[in-house]
Amino acid sequence: MSDERTLDLLEAKIEELRQLNSQDGIDLSCEIRTLERKLERLRRDLFENLSDWERVKTARHPKRPYALDYIERIFTSFYELHGDRISGDDRAIIAGLARLEERRVAVVAQQKGRTTAENKERFFGMPRPQGYRKARRVMTLAAQFGIPVISLIDTPGAYPGLESEEQNIGGAIAESLRTMATLRVPTIAVVIGEGGSGGALAIGAADRVLMLENSIYTVISPEGAAAILWKDKDRVKEAAAALRLTAPHLLSLGLIDGVVPEPLGGAHKDFERTAAALKRELCRQLSELSARPVEERLAARAETYRSIGRFRTVE
Amino acid sequence: MAIFKERQYLRVQVDKEPDDSLWMKCKSCGELVFKRRVRENNNICPKCGDYFFLTAMERIASLVDDGSFEEISKPIVSDDPLGFVDRRPYTERLEESRAKTGLNDALIVGHAMIDGVPIVIAVMDFRFVGGSMGSVMGEQICHGIDAAIELRRPFVLVSSSGGARVQEGLFSLLQMAKTVAARARLADAGLPFISVMTYPTSGGVQASIASLGDVIIAERGAMIGFAGRRVIEQTIAQQELPQDFQTDSFALEHGQIDRVVKREDLRDELVTLLGFFAETVR
Repeated sequence: MSDERTLDLLEAKIEELRQLNSQDGIDLSCEIRTLERKLERLRRDLFENLSDWERVKTARHPKRPYALDYIERIFTSFYELHGDRISGDDRAIIAGLARLEERRVAVVAQQKGRTTAENKERFFGMPRPQGYRKARRVMTLAAQFGIPVISLIDTPGAYPGLESEEQNIGGAIAESLRTMATLRVPTIAVVIGEGGSGGALAIGAADRVLMLENSIYTVISPEGAAAILWKDKDRVKEAAAALRLTAPHLLSLGLIDGVVPEPLGGAHKDFERTAAALKRELCRQLSELSARPVEERLAARAETYRSIGRFRTVE
Repeated sequence: MAIFKERQYLRVQVDKEPDDSLWMKCKSCGELVFKRRVRENNNICPKCGDYFFLTAMERIASLVDDGSFEEISKPIVSDDPLGFVDRRPYTERLEESRAKTGLNDALIVGHAMIDGVPIVIAVMDFRFVGGSMGSVMGEQICHGIDAAIELRRPFVLVSSSGGARVQEGLFSLLQMAKTVAARARLADAGLPFISVMTYPTSGGVQASIASLGDVIIAERGAMIGFAGRRVIEQTIAQQELPQDFQTDSFALEHGQIDRVVKREDLRDELVTLLGFFAETVR
């Protein structure tokens, strides 16, 4: 079986041949084409049959685009706002004002770090209570001026720890959910990488919920489920499959509204194309939502959340 | 490892004791105590004063006016939406919990009166898959809130839950958003919501409906928090957690709840509060 590294090697080989081809005047174009076709086929094989666990790894890929990578490609004139006005400015959550084409929007996003220093600053994308309070503040601000809210979800979960608990992380998540339930403006949430439990949902209770093709959204990490339910931390693959945490699964369960396609190999293979696809979908969804009368939109949101759940009637 | 030194809860499974035994052993003081005396005493050990778990029905009986409770729970059970199997099928766990408790899921909801004030009350039962919130609990809570809005009554929720019902995957996570949205409608209708947190109120329940009470009361000995000690120690190793971490007094000290109340005083507190709010409800 080929894995991503084999594909990268093959890709490098083709690149080498191309250089030889142009330098030495030897015609290798036929060989190159054959190899390219082979690469394409292998890639398709690999990524169209990604297991759920492999998708988890893709969603957490260290080279995967993070919130800021999308923000700079999708929005213009992003203007970041800071602080919860009470105790601090959580760098795991980015919030600000921006334009999507001509439309004004507010953006609330979870941001992971790419380097150790960045991760120290951003707590590996795990928001603390002040982060959720900042999110609420900016969402409320946006609603006050009729500005739609777009949230980008990418977190392993809320930051667990003494300080978080002292400052009531659970209460902060609950209040954020309450704010999202009552915002009168259109809201769209996109899971761009990891949608980890309550810490993700806190900014995700939107009118429309989208997922990138290789992102995940789950009540508990596969590692957590393996440890708690299987009592065996090595059974993460089974846990990942059982949780139905991938975008295609969640779409077919009716729990999300759409899946945004990624380039073959994952979003990290082509930031531009992924961002462009996401931008198109955001524009489309936002136009649709904005066209609806406010009361009708709010009633639809209430109905959507009121009806989530599967149960059956017994005698 | 004792997390709560002075107030460590008793995990006595009252219903696992053979029915013909008249005595039970208190795991806190080790005394053999007369079972009926314990039951009559709100499941508080008559020797040492420590608490035994209350089932949802026992809790309701301890709070509402005699004979006033009328259950309105929908006749629904979990549909196992993911076909979830870990070491054993989720359906088997459900079946076992149903047999053990006689309940359809981990929450009972109904109409009742407290000192003559009509309310809607919903109570979790920890024996049923750890009081976890899945599709059924979410629906029953919303059903209770709908009833409160329709009848213009205050809503009282008594929580006892380890958090989300992970076997229902994202369905269970989204119950947080579902119950919170219902709670927001209750506020729009101008009706009060009193949240009572008991041992334990944690995870997805604490991070949603339970933390949004207009007034939040914790029963003495409650454990309140989002991520437990074990999760914290696994995620960010070596953090020193204080002895009183996530206890009732911890939550009170950090401004997360309004009051800590002894079990035997809980009804009186509700009488006072509901009497106060009753004027605005009409």
